[in-house]
Amino acid sequence: MIEIHNIHKTFGEVKVLDGISGVFETGKTNLLLGASGTGKSVLLKCIVGLVKPDIGSVTFDGTYFTNNKLDIRQEIRRKIGMLFQGSALFDSMTVEENVVFPLKMLAPDMAKSERMDRVNFCLKRVGLENANKKMPSEISGGMKKRVGIARAIAPNCTYLFCDEPNSGLDPLTSYKIDELIKEITEELNITTIIVTHDMNSVIEIGDNIMFLYQGKKLWEGNRDEIMDADVKELQEFIFANRLMRDAKKVEEEESREQSA
Amino acid sequence: MLQHFGKYLLFMSSLFTRSESPRIIFNRTIDEAILIGINSIVIVAIVSTFIGAVTCVQVSYNLNNAFIPRSTIGFMVREMTILELAPTITSIVLAGKVGSSIAGGLGTMQITEQVDALEVMGINSASYLVLPKVIASLLMFPLLVILAMFLSIAGGYIAGTVSGALTAQEYISGIREDFIAYNIIFALIKSVVFAFLISTISSFRGYYTSGGALEVGAASTTAVTNGVIAVLIADFVCAQLLL
Repeated sequence: MIEIHNIHKTFGEVKVLDGISGVFETGKTNLLLGASGTGKSVLLKCIVGLVKPDIGSVTFDGTYFTNNKLDIRQEIRRKIGMLFQGSALFDSMTVEENVVFPLKMLAPDMAKSERMDRVNFCLKRVGLENANKKMPSEISGGMKKRVGIARAIAPNCTYLFCDEPNSGLDPLTSYKIDELIKEITEELNITTIIVTHDMNSVIEIGDNIMFLYQGKKLWEGNRDEIMDADVKELQEFIFANRLMRDAKKVEEEESREQSA
Repeated sequence: MLQHFGKYLLFMSSLFTRSESPRIIFNRTIDEAILIGINSIVIVAIVSTFIGAVTCVQVSYNLNNAFIPRSTIGFMVREMTILELAPTITSIVLAGKVGSSIAGGLGTMQITEQVDALEVMGINSASYLVLPKVIASLLMFPLLVILAMFLSIAGGYIAGTVSGALTAQEYISGIREDFIAYNIIFALIKSVVFAFLISTISSFRGYYTSGGALEVGAASTTAVTNGVIAVLIADFVCAQLLL
C-alpha cells in the first residue's frame, strides 16, 4: 500500500500539485485520472522520487520515503517497477538485455541460468516470447510497452507505476495492455498506480480512481461510482471523452461509407 | 556562469556517491574505452599524420638561412608535435568526435526518460553512465596522443623526404637532437587534463539536457565549444605551471 499526504509542488510560479492526499491499495489497479496538464505525471514522479515535493510525504507500506535516508529510499526503489509513457527502453540493448538489466543490477548474485529463466518467463507473460534478440527500434509501440512491463516486473517488484500506458496505441492494443496490467496486479498482489486520461481504461480496470483537476484532487471512488459522481469537472471530462469517442465512431462510419 | 560551474561541481561529486559495484563499472569502462579509444584511432591517425607533414613543409618553407642546418626541420617538427600539436590538436579533434557523441547520447537518454528509468531502479544514473566514460577517457586519451606523436613525426618524415626539403638522414638527426624526455611527460599530463575536461563537460551538458531533439543538438554543440575552450585555457595554464 502507498500513502501520500498533502503533496504540494510548484515549478517557478506555477502550482502544479495543491495538497493531494490518498491511499493506493495493494492488489488493486489505482488510477490517477485527469485531463492533460492536471499534474498526474508530476504526482507519479513525486511518488517514485524522481521529483521532490515541496511539502508532503509518501509512505510505502508504512515506511516513510520522502526525505528519508538514502539507503532506505534505495531499498524501496529496488522494489519499484515503472512503465514510462515512451517505454524508455535502453535503445542500445536488445529486448532480452533490457529485461535482464534490472536483474543484473539488483540481483548480481543470481545465477545466469536463473536470470534467463526469469527473463523468458516475463517475456512469455507479456506475449513476446520470440522477440528476445530484437532491438527496440525494430518493434512496434505496443510491443515496446509490453517489453517495458516485462522489465518492470522482472525483479519481482512490489509496486508498479505506469505513466499513460496506452498513449499512442490503437484501441485493441490499449485494451490488451490494460488487461495485462490488471492481471499482473492481481497475480502478483502488487500496488499498481496508473496515470491515464483514457475513460476506456477507467471502465475496464479502474478499481480505485482519483480524479485530478488543476492540481487538486476533486473526486475519489471506483468505476461503479464514477458515472454518478456529483463533480461538475469530472462529468465534463467524461462527457468530453464520450463526445470524442462518438465523433471518432462517426468519422470511421463515414470513411467506411465513402470507401464502399 | 558561476551557477553553471557550481552545478558542474555538484554533478562531479554525484559520480562518486552510491556508485555501482567495481565489476559493473569495470565492464562499462571497457565498453566506453572501445567507443572512445579504438573508434578514434583512424581520425587521430589521419589528423596527426597530416599535421606532421604540414609542419615539416611549412618549417622548411621558412628556413631559408644557409647557416641553419636542415636537421633543424626535424627538430622543430619533433618539438612542436610533442609539446603542442599532438596533445592539443588531438584533444580538440576528440572534443568534437567524442564530446559530441557523449553529449548527444546522454541528452537523448535524458529526453527519452532512459535516465529516469535508471533512477527508478535505484541506480545512480550519473555514476553508472558518466563515470565509465571519464575513466575510459583518462586511459585512452594519453594512448591516442602517443599514437599521434608517432604518426606526426612519421608524417613529417614522409613529407620532408618526398618533397626533397631534407634527406632522411638530416630528418632523423634532427628528431634525435637535444631530446628532453620531460616534454613527453608534459604532453601526457596535458592529455590527461584535457581528457578529464572534455569527458566531464560533455557529460554535464548531455546529462542536463531537457526538451527535445533541438535541445539535444544544442547540448552537443555547446559541449564541443565549451570543451575546446576549456582545452585551450588548460593548455595555457599547464604550460605556465609545468614548463
